[in-house]
Amino acid sequence: MSPEYYVILSVLLFGIGGVGVLVRRNAIIVFMCIELMLNAANLAFVAFARMHGNLDGQVIAFFVMVVAAAEVVVGLAILMAIFRTRRSTSVDDANLLKN
Amino acid sequence: MSLSSLHLPQAAAAAGHLLAAAPSPEGPAPTTHAVIFWLFTVIAVAGALGMVLARRAVHCAMMLATVMFSLAVLYLMQGAPFLAFAQVIVYTGAVLMLFLFVLMLISVSSAESLAETLKGQRVAALVAGLGMVILLALAIGHAAIGQAKPMTSIGGTGNVTGLAALIFTRYVFPFEVTSALLITAALGAMVLAHRERTRPKPTQRELSRRRIASGHPTPLPPPGVYALHDAVDMPALLPDGTPCELSVSPAIARREPGPATPAIAAPGETPAPREDGPGGDARPLVPAAGQESAEPAAPATQGGTQQ
Repeated sequence: MSPEYYVILSVLLFGIGGVGVLVRRNAIIVFMCIELMLNAANLAFVAFARMHGNLDGQVIAFFVMVVAAAEVVVGLAILMAIFRTRRSTSVDDANLLKN
Repeated sequence: MSLSSLHLPQAAAAAGHLLAAAPSPEGPAPTTHAVIFWLFTVIAVAGALGMVLARRAVHCAMMLATVMFSLAVLYLMQGAPFLAFAQVIVYTGAVLMLFLFVLMLISVSSAESLAETLKGQRVAALVAGLGMVILLALAIGHAAIGQAKPMTSIGGTGNVTGLAALIFTRYVFPFEVTSALLITAALGAMVLAHRERTRPKPTQRELSRRRIASGHPTPLPPPGVYALHDAVDMPALLPDGTPCELSVSPAIARREPGPATPAIAAPGETPAPREDGPGGDARPLVPAAGQESAEPAAPATQGGTQQ
């Protein structure tokens, strides 16, 4: 299999994740879609590593995983703090800065 | 290259190859590789679409787990066994469990409202997503993506050994920075999730005073368990035969989209819709097992059933 197929698959998953971020309004699901986008980027990294025949792409994908884990932890903590004050996880309800 | 070439022996051979975790110099046979690729591509795309389309957040999480597992298989096919296992352990094991924990903590029952607050937002989002995919696909079509190098170049002395050699030599500084990042994230999560106590902790005396003042000093009645419905979401029956809403845990009652209390038919009574209101007391109703559980509910229902 040429790496091209993997890159196309990663583009597809990235696009689906992006649509999910734009469409869904539950903040937790938005987070999940962001995770999907990060995973798609990881897949492209691995495919490029295979194409170039070295391991640098895999190292970068590993770092992406670490950063994604950190991001999820902080994001979910923020979500819990918001839920505690506003009793909702809809991204429509967090509009304190609007007026 | 097509799905029609899916043969069981090949798949079994591929599975054996993957389990052995010893990459042969050329990797799996091209046909096997294609079969596995297309199989897990379909699973991943279907899972991703399901995640975007599913209404309940828990279903979304399960779909995401599917996508991540199939991506792990694809990593394995590309000569990245370390990343594949890290994907399963870190993503499906840790990150997704974190998602599920937070879901269970805050909003497992809240189904997303489908009303659009911004007019035409969904269509615009679809168009934007489609445009992004088309742009990226065009860019890839123009890029020169070469053929895969042989597996030996990445797995020569072993994938994990090669990764370790890279991480601890060329990428040692980013690696150390990620450890700082993880510590910062853990501290930040602790600070964000911590709730400061703004009032002093109530003493036992205050708690008991509050309970007496609240009107029902006894514990809430337990849900009824009957011969017909052996479930905790069935409300207990009061002595006059009316169901006691207080006996069902709100977490369970909220999950039921329909009426919270289905018509409870006592043994020997047809499950007809009730004509009388909740205060009706003319029902010769003798629940078999619900009597003890209904008893402590009497002071708890001033609103509905007091005569």
